[in-house]
Amino acid sequence: MSAVIHSMGKRADAGPLVRPLAPPRVRDAVSEPAWVRRTLIGAALAFLTLFLFVPLVAVFVQAFAKGVDVYWAALTESDALSALKLTLIAAGISVPLNLVFGVAAAWAIAKFDFRGKNLLLTLIDLPFSVSPVIAGLIYLLIFGLQGWCGEWLRDHDLKIVFAVPGIVLATVFVTFPFIARELIPLMQAQGQEQEEAARVLGASGWQILWRVTLPNVKWALLYGVILCNARAMGEFGAVSVVSGHIRGQTNTLPLHIEILYNDYQFAAAFAVASLLAALALVTLVLKYIVERRAKASHQEARNEH
Amino acid sequence: MSTRALLLRRHSVLPGFNLALGFSLLYLCFVVLIPLSAVFLKTFTVSWGTFVDTVTSPRVMASYRLTFGASLLAALVNAVFGLLVSWVLVRYRFPGKRLVDALVDLPFALPTAVAGIALTTLYAANGWIGRLLPFKVSYTPLGVFVALTFIGLPFVVRTVQPVLEDLQRELEEAAATLGASRLQTFGLVIFPALAPALLTGFALAFARALGEYGSVIFIAGNMPMVSEITSLLIITKLEQYDYAGATGIAVVMLVTAFLLLLLINLIQAWARKRQGR
Repeated sequence: MSAVIHSMGKRADAGPLVRPLAPPRVRDAVSEPAWVRRTLIGAALAFLTLFLFVPLVAVFVQAFAKGVDVYWAALTESDALSALKLTLIAAGISVPLNLVFGVAAAWAIAKFDFRGKNLLLTLIDLPFSVSPVIAGLIYLLIFGLQGWCGEWLRDHDLKIVFAVPGIVLATVFVTFPFIARELIPLMQAQGQEQEEAARVLGASGWQILWRVTLPNVKWALLYGVILCNARAMGEFGAVSVVSGHIRGQTNTLPLHIEILYNDYQFAAAFAVASLLAALALVTLVLKYIVERRAKASHQEARNEH
Repeated sequence: MSTRALLLRRHSVLPGFNLALGFSLLYLCFVVLIPLSAVFLKTFTVSWGTFVDTVTSPRVMASYRLTFGASLLAALVNAVFGLLVSWVLVRYRFPGKRLVDALVDLPFALPTAVAGIALTTLYAANGWIGRLLPFKVSYTPLGVFVALTFIGLPFVVRTVQPVLEDLQRELEEAAATLGASRLQTFGLVIFPALAPALLTGFALAFARALGEYGSVIFIAGNMPMVSEITSLLIITKLEQYDYAGATGIAVVMLVTAFLLLLLINLIQAWARKRQGR
């Protein structure tokens, strides 16, 4: 009886004086030898350390290079606080706007069939391929003094470029596709059956959206909002073109960093930068958590079909 | 009489199509399409000759060479090391792997200005890395290359990783039973399966690097004809109120970006055809 259950090379009942033989070592034909593995891991980690870890650590080390007092002073200085306020305003307006757009576009694209869907998808992705400087330039061309609306705006004493509205517009442009891109594939995978069932049961459009569709995509939505927010707060090139760099008024945090750095106030620049770097790390942590949940719900959606 | 040809959308019981599509199109037009068209319309106000002169002047051509060259080199380095990193992340186990995996997205999440000043300080002559090197990196074209490598790092990794994860082990086992060495299996079985994703990631990194501004201008040195990137040149022209010149260069950059986008879509379509989907 016990003879049958022996695993290869092991004799369980041979007594304390006989050592069980280890199974013969077979080289696994689908994996690399250990030295290759270790070299590859080492090379990859070396590359990542050089390009990722060291710059990240450098930001925080340089921020505290002159001590905590200088760090704190840099963060509570009035220009820094106005920059923070402007950054929060820009993100606070662009994220909800793009959220509404993302949900609307995903609803139209995922739940209906119509001509030109692919073209719409490509157009939504356009801001991704446009350089940030050009993103700022286009608003300058429309609302700047020499632009299409320039004269009209000056006559009515409205300032868009070189003022807060221009910064918000540029931020909306660069963060335009983030939420839509997260929602559309997921909602397409989830199909229309649940919504149609809700309709049959008498739900109105808004009820369907609020109680059936959105709960199904909540993790992807959150993921998109996080990415959108990170980009909105960190945008530099586009905002730099439309802002006019007026200290205390039209500078966001990234622009404030540039000013400090160009003024050779390195510790202050890195202090403000460390704030944004901490935001980036929080973004990464949230992204990690949400990504796992989003993958789970995506998998569920695929399995249901 | 067939009505199919006239059908703009298939009938659906779900409400809200007109509202959703209408709002989306309106928003898209006002935020993206009309502003983008402003660049092209502004360029049309100058003659073709002036346009060509502006975008092919020596300083502009020098910026093209730098931007294009550094972006290409950075994308190539990212292709090689991105493949390595995604291989290591998918196939091997090591302590801290999940941390490393999450950190690969740092260039996506970190504001470009922060990356710019961090890299400049690191690679300056008295910086942590700069002092170990016998040549100057900050304020030279080499610095541009370093910054663009940082920026493009996640693109290749994130496009190759899912493909690698989905790769069937049976293919490698079949190759092994047919007598292939591990290297042969990699070169003839695994790599061709990864090639479309690798190409896509390379093109994405390249496209991103071409338009990059924030992380590059701190480390670049920004000297005309030597270390000036094209995006900076646009801003310089704007500051000189040369709107026509700035939009001319912007048109060149936009057309290049759109061509790259087209190329990426073609690669992905080719990949889908190859897989028989």
